[in-house]
Amino acid sequence: MAMSVRVRLGSQFRNIMRVCFHENRHMSTAEIVVEKSENPKEPERISLEEQQRLNDIAKNERMEKLLNMRFAYQEFLPDPNPKNRNTLKERLERRDMLARRSNVEIPEFYVGSLVAVMHSDPHAPGKNNRFMGICIQKIGAGLRASFILRNFIDGEGVEINFDMYDPTIQRIDVIRLEKRLDEELFYLRDAPPEYSTFPVDMEPEYQPEGSAVPVNEIKVPLKPLPWLVKWERMGMKGIRDVTSMLTEKRLRMSKLKQFNKPWEKYDLLKMYSETIPIEDQVEIFSEIQEKLHELEQHRYKMKRSRNFVKPTKMG
Amino acid sequence: MNLPMLCMQSRGLSTSSALSQVIRLTRLRVVDNSEIGKQAMAEGKPPYVFHVYNKMGVGYIGDRVMVAIKGEKKKGILVGLKQNQKKKVPKFDTNNLVLIEDNGSPIGTRIHVPIPHILRTLMKEKTHSKGADYTKLIAIASRFI
Repeated sequence: MAMSVRVRLGSQFRNIMRVCFHENRHMSTAEIVVEKSENPKEPERISLEEQQRLNDIAKNERMEKLLNMRFAYQEFLPDPNPKNRNTLKERLERRDMLARRSNVEIPEFYVGSLVAVMHSDPHAPGKNNRFMGICIQKIGAGLRASFILRNFIDGEGVEINFDMYDPTIQRIDVIRLEKRLDEELFYLRDAPPEYSTFPVDMEPEYQPEGSAVPVNEIKVPLKPLPWLVKWERMGMKGIRDVTSMLTEKRLRMSKLKQFNKPWEKYDLLKMYSETIPIEDQVEIFSEIQEKLHELEQHRYKMKRSRNFVKPTKMG
Repeated sequence: MNLPMLCMQSRGLSTSSALSQVIRLTRLRVVDNSEIGKQAMAEGKPPYVFHVYNKMGVGYIGDRVMVAIKGEKKKGILVGLKQNQKKKVPKFDTNNLVLIEDNGSPIGTRIHVPIPHILRTLMKEKTHSKGADYTKLIAIASRFI
């Protein structure tokens, strides 16, 4: 019964779902444009149908707002694999995540953003350690969400994997908020060092509030072969054309259908099994939205109050 | 398509990524300024491991290895690995080695790449009184991360 309902809803929302999840699940945070409701001054004059229409629009707006949270709060969505689903566990994890977020600000950032993490380290002399780098992967759901930062320090490529909800993390600073063309940037390991070198003491760049997250459309050249991965088969958008480096055989192999997988875009079941249904998403985000909003408001107030600097006497 | 290629695809050969473990015959990069290490790296003949001093035969961070370098055998400490590490432990682009003498003191006087903080603890744990003293390696590091 439940299955048939989900499938029916799926076919109803098919186009929305494709746009929402498949094509720009991780890429776009731009608000989807929705027809805005006009504020009715005299509600008794409008007909019942009109009232219904306005209600629908308002409902849609609320839905869009909720569903747009899936970009910034990606880790609140559980692992879509049905074997790993457990509603109680997910709810408990969400509670713990919110509890952690009330102690430490975990800002919005994406693969390609520059992030600095300050964490307690029992091995360091000051018991604190800071690492700054470009985020090359964001993975995992719930409390197991983690991200990898990469940087070049003293001519040596370094990567550190952090748990997002690690209790030892003291502060996460977003130095530059932006996205890249791909969902994973592991090709930076095979790129020249200047593409993953960032000064450790970079100042954070601020953007006007409410603006869309910029996408850095840089195409990275790769070092000559050998590479760690056969990048020509991976269909990466952020890599500069590499056909001149490849042998004829590798070029031929890379064009095989089994690597390009042209059938995948028609595979509705694959999409279904890799995404969380809209109804579940709405349920999850409406549960956490209020608390997150509260935290955000509190932070905003604190930031405002902290910004005031007492004038000092000169001379 | 020719038959061998078809066979390879159907059998799914060589599809897993490399583990990048440090085992026997792994080539390492010397990252200190010892004379022998600098020469070996400049000649393009980096040292290779022929013994790992633990029971697994796989070298992890802070482990002692015996390497063949320029026709000599030397001991060294692994100070940075390519392999995937635990959370919050840095992973490097190369397998880094610092050459030491038998008593644990390094041959060089400076390490020119960053060293993981966890190595402080590991080296202290491995040092015993009357045994080899590995903490001198920490003293010659230029930067920790």
